[in-house]
Amino acid sequence: MSAVTLGHDEAATPHALEKEHLGPAPKRIVTGYGFWIFILSDMVMFSCFFAAFAVLSGQTAGGPHGAELFNLKNVAIETGCLLLSSFVCGMASIAAEERNAFWFQISMAVTCALGLAFLFIEFREFADLVARGAGPSRSAFLSAFFTLVGCHGLHVSAGILWLLTMMAQVFAKGFRADIQRRFLCFALFWHALDIIWVAVFSVVYLLGSAA
Amino acid sequence: MSDAHLHDQTEVAPGDENTSIRLRVIGYLVGLGLAILLTAVSFFVAGTDLVWQPSIPVAIIVLAIAQMGVHLVFFLHITTGADNTNNVLALAFGLLIVILVIGGSLWIMANLNHNMMPMDQIMQMQR
Repeated sequence: MSAVTLGHDEAATPHALEKEHLGPAPKRIVTGYGFWIFILSDMVMFSCFFAAFAVLSGQTAGGPHGAELFNLKNVAIETGCLLLSSFVCGMASIAAEERNAFWFQISMAVTCALGLAFLFIEFREFADLVARGAGPSRSAFLSAFFTLVGCHGLHVSAGILWLLTMMAQVFAKGFRADIQRRFLCFALFWHALDIIWVAVFSVVYLLGSAA
Repeated sequence: MSDAHLHDQTEVAPGDENTSIRLRVIGYLVGLGLAILLTAVSFFVAGTDLVWQPSIPVAIIVLAIAQMGVHLVFFLHITTGADNTNNVLALAFGLLIVILVIGGSLWIMANLNHNMMPMDQIMQMQR
């Protein structure tokens, strides 16, 4: 990137010299890097919610503990949905790079369906908890639980809106360079959500029902 | 390797990789397989009586960190290659903040809990 000290044997290393004068990086790399920084800051935000949950997980105020509330079979199905959707999203990335609109739209539709299935199961779980009197106002533990898991759910909802936008844009405008950059960012976002879900099911559900 | 090729590959965006379709599909399949395996072990460990019980939380945390690594490498393509240095450095800084926030909160709050009078005694004093 920067012009570092040019050695005395410039003529001996023409390739190294050439690399120092490449100029600014291509726009795809700059955009991807910027969005990567955003994802990392999003993860820092999630780490605050995780810290709050970890601190408050024992503060049930006489209310139900995680072990009485969580249905691990549901969580396993949710995890499977997100894992598969992440894989299919990878297939969409390959289709986008190969400029194959047919497989791109199919992969994106499958990704969307799996994401919606995840959201549906999560929403049903939340509704069930509230109906059993274990809503976010019941105890500090449940407040932290709904904040953390709900925040991830909101991210998935936003991701699905973005996904539908990408499908429409590719359909209307084709694989233009700017559309490709947007899709690169979308794929990063979708895979990052999966990473956060790994932390959620491990820390909240598995540790919560083990303890 | 031609000069033009070299020019293209000095840096990559996060999520980019440069190989054939078949290899890329295999890469995603390997990632999916490893992720499913780690998830399955995690769920199994959480509900089993076969292992020493106090080791279970540690095992779940270790498996989760391993699975995040799998996702980073196989899905996000954040690798240790020379063309990926910027992405890895940003990730390292993010990790530092995450560890400080989570570790620091747990440490401070555990210390406060340890030094604080039990809640029922505080309630009695307020009467």
